[in-house]
Amino acid sequence: MTRPDLPRSARVDQRVVESPTIFTLRLAFDDAASDAPCAFVPGQFNMVWLPGVGEVALSIVSDPADEHFFDHTVRRVGRVTTGLDRLRPGDRVGVRGPFGHGWPLARAEGNDLLLLTGGLGCACVVSVIRYVLRRRQRFGRLVILQGVRHAEDLIWRPQYEAWGRAPGTQVLLAADAATRDWHGAHGVVVDLLDRVRLDPRRTIAMLCGPELMLIAAIAVLRGRGLPDDALWLSLERNMQCGHGRCGHCQIGPLRVCTDGPVFSYAAVADHLGVHGV
Amino acid sequence: MAPVPMPLRNPGFLPRHAFQALFDALHRRGWRVLGPAVGERVVHFAELASAADLQSGLGDVQSPGRYRLGLSDGPRWFDWTVGPDGLKPLVFPPREVLWRAAPAADGRLHFTAEPPDAPRLAVLGARACDLAGLALLDRHFLGDVAFDPGYAARRAALFLIGVDCNRSGATCFCASTGDGPALADGYDLGLAELDDGFLAWPGTAAGEAVVADLPLTEASPTHLGAAAEATRGAAAAQRRALPSRRLASALYGAMHHDRWAAVAARCLGCGNCAMVCPTCFCHGHCTEDGAGAGEAIQVREWDTCFDPAHSRLHGASVRDGVAVRYRQWVTHKLAGWHAQFGRSGCVGCGRCVTWCPAAIDLTAEVAAIVGETGDD
Ligand SMILES: Cc1cc2nc3c(=O)[nH]c(=O)nc-3n(C[C@H](O)[C@H](O)[C@H](O)COP(=O)(O)OP(=O)(O)OC[C@H]3O[C@@H](n4cnc5c(N)ncnc54)[C@H](O)[C@@H]3O)c2cc1C
Ligand code: SF4
Ligand code: SF4
Repeated sequence: MTRPDLPRSARVDQRVVESPTIFTLRLAFDDAASDAPCAFVPGQFNMVWLPGVGEVALSIVSDPADEHFFDHTVRRVGRVTTGLDRLRPGDRVGVRGPFGHGWPLARAEGNDLLLLTGGLGCACVVSVIRYVLRRRQRFGRLVILQGVRHAEDLIWRPQYEAWGRAPGTQVLLAADAATRDWHGAHGVVVDLLDRVRLDPRRTIAMLCGPELMLIAAIAVLRGRGLPDDALWLSLERNMQCGHGRCGHCQIGPLRVCTDGPVFSYAAVADHLGVHGV
Repeated sequence: MAPVPMPLRNPGFLPRHAFQALFDALHRRGWRVLGPAVGERVVHFAELASAADLQSGLGDVQSPGRYRLGLSDGPRWFDWTVGPDGLKPLVFPPREVLWRAAPAADGRLHFTAEPPDAPRLAVLGARACDLAGLALLDRHFLGDVAFDPGYAARRAALFLIGVDCNRSGATCFCASTGDGPALADGYDLGLAELDDGFLAWPGTAAGEAVVADLPLTEASPTHLGAAAEATRGAAAAQRRALPSRRLASALYGAMHHDRWAAVAARCLGCGNCAMVCPTCFCHGHCTEDGAGAGEAIQVREWDTCFDPAHSRLHGASVRDGVAVRYRQWVTHKLAGWHAQFGRSGCVGCGRCVTWCPAAIDLTAEVAAIVGETGDD
């Protein structure tokens, strides 16, 4: 990279409301040749700049083979994300990226996949689900476990139902606080592992969500015989630059932006769960 | 980085009364000269018009939490030890515009990189520790992970005139980190100060061209001996030390040591230590209004791991107290850097000790935490 790392102008093509606080923006680069796909690996992220307000890190949730468009699903939490929520089709943002290492999909080919996510953690594996379902014969079983605190936090409910009907795919959902129309389990997502058949010799686990959940899930999966190099997780830290310079996203000697955000468990085991790291 | 043995330097002798020739050689090549001057009651780098602006006897007295200017008699210009600034602000300014954005008529955003302000500067009086610190910043801003065009432009416009340290301050400990007090690397032109003049030798091709313009005479064995003896004496006078061994596993093994909480009881979390440190590079980005209609600018500003917002995530700080913030500063600099840059991030300049308002001494804290249990 010898050029300045400038954002590129991107147009909002579509805005989808997923829940009262979560929305998806479908974006297209203004400068791209109209049929060029956005080149990224599922699990990578962009830095999205809202004019006049600021920049935030957002996972890319679409399939890399999508032409013209790429999607970001955003939870409204603060200044920039609230501003992003006000965008409408035709509005512009600046996009830098993609950054970081994505999920080990080449390694996962021919194996079973276990995706375990909590909260909006699902954003960083949704791209994997789309990727696998479009290339179904290249992968073994696909197990999707998703947990939310409140049943109404679950977004993409119709998609989960559709994914659950796909061949060789198992979808289990859990909510700490269920509502009357909730068909999933009551409790934490890690407990769903009790209801899943796992072949430790041919399963790659991809985990994303709150760090305490990740630690609990890893303990169960290791207990079920999955080797450390079959456990992958996506981590989050405050992030300013996206390319290893700003110093904000360090976890021990690791930089989430350039060494992650997807890490093998073996790489982060020493630092995971240490208070204040 | 072992000091370059004196014969390898192959220096000539520049009499003190002929020093203006160096200013002339630099000015002819378009470099403004920054040199030691008193400002805000410290020795810092300011533009000097000629050799007449150099002040003899300029010195300082430093100790934990304390800095005082001190003037001595004698002809020397470089008896001071490092002030708070060093070279970092010259290549990595505290505030910098990265790019500008404005909407075009069709709504598209137009982004323009800010052309870096990169004046040709010759720095007279760069110290061994600061050159070692600059080499680390080079790796960070120009390395494989990221390349920074603004940093690169400012760095390329620098001509560095290193000066051996003949005196150590009470907070200096570069001998233990292997970064001083004699110049080892990273300068264009090296100088060693003696009462009647300077040993001068080139470190780069640009330095060779400047040396060729100087009225050098042959350096006498007495000159060479005195210069070598002076840096040896400065090293021997240092009373602080950081273990020279790798501290990575010792520190990562001491994440729950009681001392972190003990230091947090004294640490104000002000971040002064990181601001004055020649290798700390953390920064934040923010968006501000530009001058033009609808224009916005993206600004990069110094930041430190002592700011609670540095680790803000989901409504809270990951590093939620001074103990873990101080621990982050120390473990990143002395442990994480080995993995990231192949060496410790401390060059022994002592600034963090001098400029800590609570007089916290990094060397004492590290000694208390790792004891004698470092790796090698
Ligand atoms: C690699 C990566 C991928 C991410 N992917 C997504 C995604 O797909 N969808 C999504 O909605 N969010 C994602 N995030 C989180 C998102 O970047 C933050 O929510 C966003 O930066 C908050 O900005 P804000 O201006 O709206 O909030 P601010 O006004 O800055 O702060 C509001 C709240 O957000 C928290 N916050 C600030 N910065 C961050 C940060 N970098 N990460 C997390 N919390 C932060 C603050 O603690 C505070 O609670 C990702 C973060 C990372 C590091
Ligand atoms: S940690 Fe302290 S002594 Fe070491 S380089 Fe930084 S400011 Fe100087
Ligand atoms: S160690 Fe000293 S200089 Fe550093 S943050 Fe604490 S009080 Fe400030």
